[in-house]
Order: sequence, then structure tokens, then C-alpha cells
Amino acid sequence: MAEEVDIIDQVVGQEYKYGFTTNIEMETAPKGLTEDTIRFISSKKTEPEWMLEYRLKAFKYWQGLTAPSWQNFSYPAVDYQNIIYYAAPKEKITLDSLDQVDPELLKTFEKLGISLSEQKRLTGVAVDAVFDSVSIATTFKDQLKEKGIIFCSMSEAVHEHPDLVKKYLSSVVPYTDNFFAALNAAVFSDGSFVYIPKGVRCPMELSTYFRINAENTGQFERTLIIADEGSYVSYLEGCTAPMRDENQLHAAVVELIALENAEIKYSTVQNWYPGDKNGKGGIYNFVTKRGICLGDYAKISWTQVETGSAITWKYPSCILKGDHSVGEFFSVAVTNNMQQADTGTKMIHIGKNTKSRIVSKGISAGKSHNTYRGLVKVNKKADKARNHTQCDSMLIGDRSGAHTFPYIEINNKTGMVEHEASTSKIGEDQIFYCNQRGIGTEEAIGLIVNGFCREVLNQLPMEFAVEAQKLLAVSLEGSVG
Amino acid sequence: MLEIKDLKAEIEGKKILNGINLVVKPGEVHAIMGPNGAGKSTLSAVLAGRADYAVKGGEVSFNGNDLLEMSPEDRAREGVFLAFQYPVEIPGVSTTNFLKTAINEKRKYLGLEPMEATAFLKFMREKMELMEMDKALTSRSLNEGFSGGEKKRNEVFQMAMLEPKLTIMDETDSGLDIDALRLVSAGVNKLKDGERSFVVITHYQRLLDYIVPDFVHVLYKGRIVKSGDASLAKELEAKGYDWIKAEVEQEANT
Repeated sequence: MAEEVDIIDQVVGQEYKYGFTTNIEMETAPKGLTEDTIRFISSKKTEPEWMLEYRLKAFKYWQGLTAPSWQNFSYPAVDYQNIIYYAAPKEKITLDSLDQVDPELLKTFEKLGISLSEQKRLTGVAVDAVFDSVSIATTFKDQLKEKGIIFCSMSEAVHEHPDLVKKYLSSVVPYTDNFFAALNAAVFSDGSFVYIPKGVRCPMELSTYFRINAENTGQFERTLIIADEGSYVSYLEGCTAPMRDENQLHAAVVELIALENAEIKYSTVQNWYPGDKNGKGGIYNFVTKRGICLGDYAKISWTQVETGSAITWKYPSCILKGDHSVGEFFSVAVTNNMQQADTGTKMIHIGKNTKSRIVSKGISAGKSHNTYRGLVKVNKKADKARNHTQCDSMLIGDRSGAHTFPYIEINNKTGMVEHEASTSKIGEDQIFYCNQRGIGTEEAIGLIVNGFCREVLNQLPMEFAVEAQKLLAVSLEGSVG
Repeated sequence: MLEIKDLKAEIEGKKILNGINLVVKPGEVHAIMGPNGAGKSTLSAVLAGRADYAVKGGEVSFNGNDLLEMSPEDRAREGVFLAFQYPVEIPGVSTTNFLKTAINEKRKYLGLEPMEATAFLKFMREKMELMEMDKALTSRSLNEGFSGGEKKRNEVFQMAMLEPKLTIMDETDSGLDIDALRLVSAGVNKLKDGERSFVVITHYQRLLDYIVPDFVHVLYKGRIVKSGDASLAKELEAKGYDWIKAEVEQEANT
């Protein structure tokens, strides 16, 4: 494997395509986190008193916490007083009209391949674009409104739909849940809010595109999706950030609520800046994502393709409360160079006849480490709960690591839980075979890795599957010989 | 087309090829036979550009190009095809997708536009009919769970799709029952067009009943020690390799 090692040595931090910065005048909160910071954010958003109170409660709670340390990676302690918690483009944006959006911002999103102009839109996809701490524009709002669907920024929802926000915000991920959830509850800036009324099948994909731009800022978005009885929605988020030498924190919270017979499909294509080949810079992606199947026969499906970030630390989870409810988790996590990932899911079976399925594909290249951590828990009353977990790791080169930590807790004798795991290495034989058919080594790796992830990629909405495939190939560029 | 001069190669310090000389002209079928360990598979691997083998001397020219200087993928794009003795499995990648990638990579190398999806599918359908391929095989993951016979047929099908100038078949007959052998051979014979050349490496004569060679060479201890026409293969079948070994040893001693 001599040649392979040589080529790994040549791994150049290949150009991260989205590393540019946008020069635009920003309004920011002073660095650091105090009660004043929270009042500043809340007043910028002209929030009602109840929202501010909630934030302050969360902040007090957070002050009593220390950051968790059980993860399977190490990182220098984050100085929470050295972060800017709010950054927004200065010009006041009227959300109703794109004409009033700063052209510089529109250009930024064009460059990222996200067209906010509806004439040039991706067919069948409505987009909410979030730039640093604020939502810039949400497309197709009017068409969606006709069906009673609400798709807007979280800030807007606090004003326009306070009842729904009060009822569901924090209901799946309370601020007491964990360190980062508490932090997010205190300082969350923007994010998307979705409500699908009873019996409505959302006619298009809903999508949020997150962009970190400003220096020294953290991004703390909050997303809340409620699917009322018998409804269906497919939602996708994408994310990128400029190349910067310092690490930036992204601590989001996503809550999904599926009522009886409702289905939520949530897909993520995460491509935050991963840092350079020596591990300098990059995003810390510490996110809490959880959904609850509140009603019977509800279904929540998470699909994630994680290629970016210096560190990815998240466990999109399902609480299967309704009888016959279904939770799914499909994941591809790719780490290259010095990237680290500790990711997986939790499936909590509470209702009877609940089913969950986990398919996790981890790919490690360079000197990276990739950990799957998953919990399957069957509660006492969850008769006939079923889970199937399949956890596959692929190693590229001989300096990367793959780790698996499955936790299984069964408190009901009728439960049936299966766990399958495999680890493989991209073989020289496979690469040579491709070479012999005229396929170069980089393309061969792209092909083999995409084949390895096929099951997960098939879960992505058509429009994004192709993007995700390209992303996988690019993330591993120059990783093997 | 192919000219091999005094080719020497080793793996992990062990000498395997000790000066091979061979000239293959367009349209010719050459069979290379020999006992186990003679260097047959090494010859095919070196020609295809496998990195484990170190070339220690000699020249190989392919249509005027220095083959040994070229990367494995460029050799393939120039028209060298190796039918593997043990085709690998690539889970999750369909034969269709694999071949589309291979063909378009070759076209890119030749400065051509990628093939349109519909044109590709039409082309593939034609070749499938020609090769009597089962449709189900092309949508399954490449070679995954294929029987030995299916894998070898898939190799020949890939050859039909990639339209190489020179095909090297590395013990394609090994592990095939007589029906599979017939199908594979029939596939190869359909691809003969007077221009394409074949180097058929085999341990047994029986494949040569179906793919009739113009020349037969016997490889022993890393050298071609005897060459002849198709009748040489029959003679080997009847008498085994021992008499050749004895001849070589005797020559070495005198």
C-alpha cells in the first residue's frame, strides 16, 4: 500500500467551494454572553415578554452547567465570552419582498447555488434563507398559504403564530435537556417554522439554507416543524460557511412534532467549512435534533449527509410515543483530514407496536475519526417494539479510525431489537478494477463510496440526491491512491 | 498492435517474468498456456498496470505508445481490456452506472462529449442482446452475489461495451462449467472483427476448442519456451507440461 500512503500525504486541503466571504455592513451584539446580550437579541427581534422570559430562564439554567465531556473526540474548551451571539446585515429587510433584499445578499445565495428569485427557482422547492442570525427571505410563501401551510422564519412565527410557538417550542427539546440546548434557548437567533394543517400534503419540498458569514460569531438557529393529523411534509436543510482560521460554534436545536397519522421527512446536507488539512479552523457543529411521534401511526424520518464541520456532534432522535408510530434514521457521515464526528441517533420506544430503523454509514479518510453512537430504548409499556440497526464503516487509508458505540436498553420482553455492524476498507483491488475500465482513482473512490452509501442517498429528495453524491466525491478528493 | 520485448518483472523481490518476447498483430488471437506458477497472471497484471508488480526491464509498445509509462486508466482508455480471473464486487454500484462512468471517462480522455443517457441505454441494450445478457444483471450491484459464471459473462459484456483494441483474458475459463464456457466463448467470438486482438491466458486446452487461437505460446519459469499453432495446445492437452519442462531443463544443462 506504499503508493496509497504517498497519495494521502499529498492530500491538499482541496478548495472548499463555499469558503468566500460576503462584505456587507453588519449589526452585531457586543462580544460575550450576559443577560444584556439576551435582552439585546430579544429587543432586536421586538419579541414579546414571554419569549424574553423563556430566554432568561434558559440562560440562568445554562450558567449552572458545564460542557459535557463524554464524547469520543477532544477539542479545546470554547470561550463562550469570546463569541458574538448576534450578527445581522444592517439594512432593514422587509420580508415580503425580494426587491428590498440587499443585492449583495442575493448574490451570495446565487453563488451558493440557491436562487431566491422565484422565477429561477428549483422546481418544487420553497426556500428559507438564513444569513448569520436572520432569515433573509422565504420563497413561495403565498402559494403555501393557500393550503394553510405556514413556512416562515422563527422570528416571524413568534409574532404571527404565538399560540403554536408557545404550545410546541421547547416541548421536545426543553432547555434543561443539555448544555447546548440551554445555550440555544437563551440566544437563538433565527431558523424556520413550519406548520402543516390537518390532512394536508405539502405540495413542495421545504428547505432552509443556513449561511454563516460574520467572523467570531456563533450560529444558533432554532427550527420547529409541526405536522398536524394526517399531514405530510418533506423538509431539507443545507449549510455552508466561509473559510476562517478560528473555529466557529454552531449550536442549533430542531424540534419535530408529528401528530396522529402525520409524517415528517427531515433531510440534512451539512457542508459547513471543515477546517484545513491540519485541522485549523472549521465549524463545531453541536446540534440537538429530536422529533416526537405524538399521535398513533405517526412517522418521523431523519436523513443526514454530513461531510463538513471540524467536529460534528449530534444525534437526531425519535420519541415514539404514539402506538404504531415509526422512527427512521439514515445517515452518511464522512470525515477527512483532521475532521471528527460523533454522531448517531436515539430511538425511544414508548408506544405499543412502535418500529424504528437505523442505517448508518460512516466513512473515514485521512487522519480523521468517525464514531457512531446510538441508543435504542424500549420502555416497559412498549409492547412488541421493533428495531433494526445497521451500522457500516468504511476506512480509506490506514490512519483513520472508525468507532461504534451501540447502547441498547430493553425493558419489555416482547421487544425485538437487531443490530448489524460491519467495517470495510476500500480495497486496492476495487480501485484497480475501476482503473482497468478507464476510471481514474478519484472517480473510482467517489463511485465506490457512493455505492456504499446508496441506501441512505436513496432517501434524499431527488433534487438533492445528485448534489449530495457530488459532495461525497469532493469531500474525499485526494484521500487515497 | 502489441510488442513485448524482453519484459522482466518481480513482486516483493521475487522474479516472476524473466524476459518475455511477444508480438501481437491486429486481429490475431494468441493463447498463452503454462503450468501453475509460470507467470501467466503476472504477465496480464503487468500489461494492465497493477502497482504491486515492479517492472525490472524490457519494453512494451502498444500501437506505438510506451505502455509501461502509462497509468492503468490511460491504458484502458487507449484500448487495453483485462478480463479478470477474479472480478471484484462493488456493492451499491450497478453495472449500468459503472459502465456509464467508464465509457464517459474514456470519451473525456479522447476529447469527446459524454454519451447522452438515452444513447447510452440504447447502446447497452444492443450489446446486451448481442451478448445474450440477462437484464436483471445490469441493474444489480456490480458482481455482488453473482455466480462465477455470471461474473465471467459480465466481464465479456463489459468488453463488448468498452470496445477495446486488445483484450487480455486471464484464465476466464477457470471455475466455469461447460455451458458457461460456451456462452463466454460465443461472446468473445462475436467480438472478433479482424481488427481486435486477443491474448487468451489459460491453463487448460478446452477453452481453445471454442476460441481458436492463431498462435499458442507456452510460458514456463517466466519465459516463453515454445510457440506454435493451435495444434500445440492439443499436444499439451494430450501430453501435459512435463515434456516441455524436461526440454527446458535439458537445454539449460547443455
